[in-house]
Amino acid sequence: MTETPAQTPIVTFENVTKSFGRTKAVDGVSLAIPRNAFFALLGPSGCGKTTLLRMLGGFEHPTSGRVLIDGEDMADVPPNRRQVNMVFQSYAVFPHMTVAENVAYGLKVTSVPRAEIGPRVEEAIAMVRLDGMAARKPDQLSGGQRQRVALARALVKRPKLLLLDEPLSALDKKLREEMQLELVRLQTEVGITFIIVTHDQEEALGMASDIAVMKEGRILQIAPPRQLYEHPTRRFVAEFIGASNSFECEVLGIEGGMARVRAPLLGELKVERAAADVRAGTLIVRPEKMRMDFSSPDPDPGEVLVRAVIDQIAYFGDLSIVYLTAEDGRRLQCSRYNVNRIDKGDPPPGTPCTIGIHPEDLLLVGD
Amino acid sequence: MESWRAQPAVFWAFVLPGALWLLLFFIAPLALIWLLAFGERVGPVEIDITWTLANYAGVFDPVYIGLFGRSLWVATVATVLTLVIGLPVALAISFAPARLKPLILLLIILPFWTNILIRTYAMIAVLRSRGFVNFGLEYIWQLGTAVLAPFGLDEAVMGARFVPLELLYNNTAVIFGIVYVYLPFMVLPLYATLDRLDRSLLEASLDLGAGQVRTFFSIIVPLARPGIVSGIILVFIPALGTFLISDLLGGTDSLLIGNVIERQFKAANNWPLGAAMSFVLLYVTFAILAIRAWVAGREGGLGKA
Ligand SMILES: Nc1ncnc2c1ncn2[C@@H]1O[C@H](COP(=O)(O)OP(=O)(O)OP(=O)(O)O)[C@@H](O)[C@H]1O
Ligand SMILES: [Mg+2]
Repeated sequence: MTETPAQTPIVTFENVTKSFGRTKAVDGVSLAIPRNAFFALLGPSGCGKTTLLRMLGGFEHPTSGRVLIDGEDMADVPPNRRQVNMVFQSYAVFPHMTVAENVAYGLKVTSVPRAEIGPRVEEAIAMVRLDGMAARKPDQLSGGQRQRVALARALVKRPKLLLLDEPLSALDKKLREEMQLELVRLQTEVGITFIIVTHDQEEALGMASDIAVMKEGRILQIAPPRQLYEHPTRRFVAEFIGASNSFECEVLGIEGGMARVRAPLLGELKVERAAADVRAGTLIVRPEKMRMDFSSPDPDPGEVLVRAVIDQIAYFGDLSIVYLTAEDGRRLQCSRYNVNRIDKGDPPPGTPCTIGIHPEDLLLVGD
Repeated sequence: MESWRAQPAVFWAFVLPGALWLLLFFIAPLALIWLLAFGERVGPVEIDITWTLANYAGVFDPVYIGLFGRSLWVATVATVLTLVIGLPVALAISFAPARLKPLILLLIILPFWTNILIRTYAMIAVLRSRGFVNFGLEYIWQLGTAVLAPFGLDEAVMGARFVPLELLYNNTAVIFGIVYVYLPFMVLPLYATLDRLDRSLLEASLDLGAGQVRTFFSIIVPLARPGIVSGIILVFIPALGTFLISDLLGGTDSLLIGNVIERQFKAANNWPLGAAMSFVLLYVTFAILAIRAWVAGREGGLGKA
């Protein structure tokens, strides 16, 4: 209690479990989210992201454990008394109200002075680029426009905490990227803490200050984007965020932050351990960190070489992904930026090649 | 619909029996009554269709107009009451655990298994001066007297004698009876719309800071409108034409237009006048439905009842 308010996390989960009958949607989660964070929850479908948000909104109650917002236990605080607003996964835009009425609703039901409502509603509608649609009913809007109404309706309340459950999923790629920038700008400008749920790892990496990766109701890792990508602690995290190549391995010895391991194809090497508690597990390496050579093997010093055959090349514009089969039948992938505009001709499937991996790009992660 | 039209044989096989049924037992009797309204009595049972308008003119007798006004008023009050009672009931059912819903709905429908005549007589047994309500009140009166007697206050507070409430044979009893009989017609359509209501809309309302009461009036009621309108129509129309309930539960001053029509066909043996009255009632009902359709049409997308 000697902490100053600025240091208390805005949100704290203390060993929270939420069961629906026999399913544990959230399983023993402990979590602190710092003030003014742009916090992303990432995980496969059904892992409990929405349930976690709904407990913050006040729509679900923990089966056990405590949820605190701004240091205050939320057990007995109903949703309408929380300074928290939510953009629902299903939008939940009121069908019988116009866009402007939807946005104004949250101000009208609380004691916001009448004269203030109009300008604030207009501002919020402009913020989500819906100007000119204020008089429309939701059934005259596209899915993406409805989603933006839901966003404006929450933003206009200027809450302490904004919960966004896949708020951009219905938008096309270009509009989504614009709205992502807009959200980040808003978040830094108005200084609200955002918690955003997303399936889209690029969205999480690009926007968030911190990302939590969930699986089956548990949080596997919380880290800033770069650390999450370069230092995943678990194989699931490595494979969920971005792509990775995995080599199961035998740990021969631990030396501080490093481990001596033996892995098929790679032989015996010394690699970094992802965390202090990782004593066994899998070696991973990101596809863009592998050097690919179609012609003569011309190794960098210290590089480990793996021989493989090209299966297929997938072209994505800025980069291509090369799928390979290694000597022992293991499937690998490498990515290459297409830096030349002129097509030099991709090698056909079946072409043998050599892959170079620097041991410092390998990481020992837990299973 | 298109694929049905492509198979005329199948289409008619389904439509014909129902169409014949309607023609025989609905359209034909209605047409007969319509004709009768233009008839003149020439004997105890013989009626000549002379296309006279005297019967319709007779309907606009001030006495009948007054009765008509009272019927409208009674039906309106009863309908409002069923709505006020039915809406919370329907809401409670739609929020009940899924396991209990069929059971509660069954309880709502259960009275339909008993004939309306018997149900109305049962109301007499409940409401009359020596009925269950007054028995209950008398019991409370006795308790109160017994408690207050030691203080000598019994006569001052409770009165010397229990006076039963006059619950039967007045307009209140008629309205009570209509509400009791027609409540399921209100609850069921309301439940049907409320059960389909997207729960996340209610959560969104709470999330935006509205309380339960505000959410009820700003979100639930407007979205339940189709059900509310259906319920009102289903209760108001039969309530307007009821004669059984007012006959059994009403007093001399609670005669409704339905009773008058019934009397024309029975005691007064004036079928042409009764027929004309029936049709005026029918036209009024149509007019109300037309106004409602017009209002819904003007509101565009919303009034999809
Ligand atoms: N009201 C409920 N009753 C029963 N089970 C539920 C309920 N809500 C969620 N669950 C279960 O809890 C688990 C987590 O659900 P949740 O909605 O939190 O997933 P999610 O991570 O948001 O998934 P998605 O990405 O698909 O939205 C799922 O297995 C789901 O079936
Ligand atoms: Mg979800």
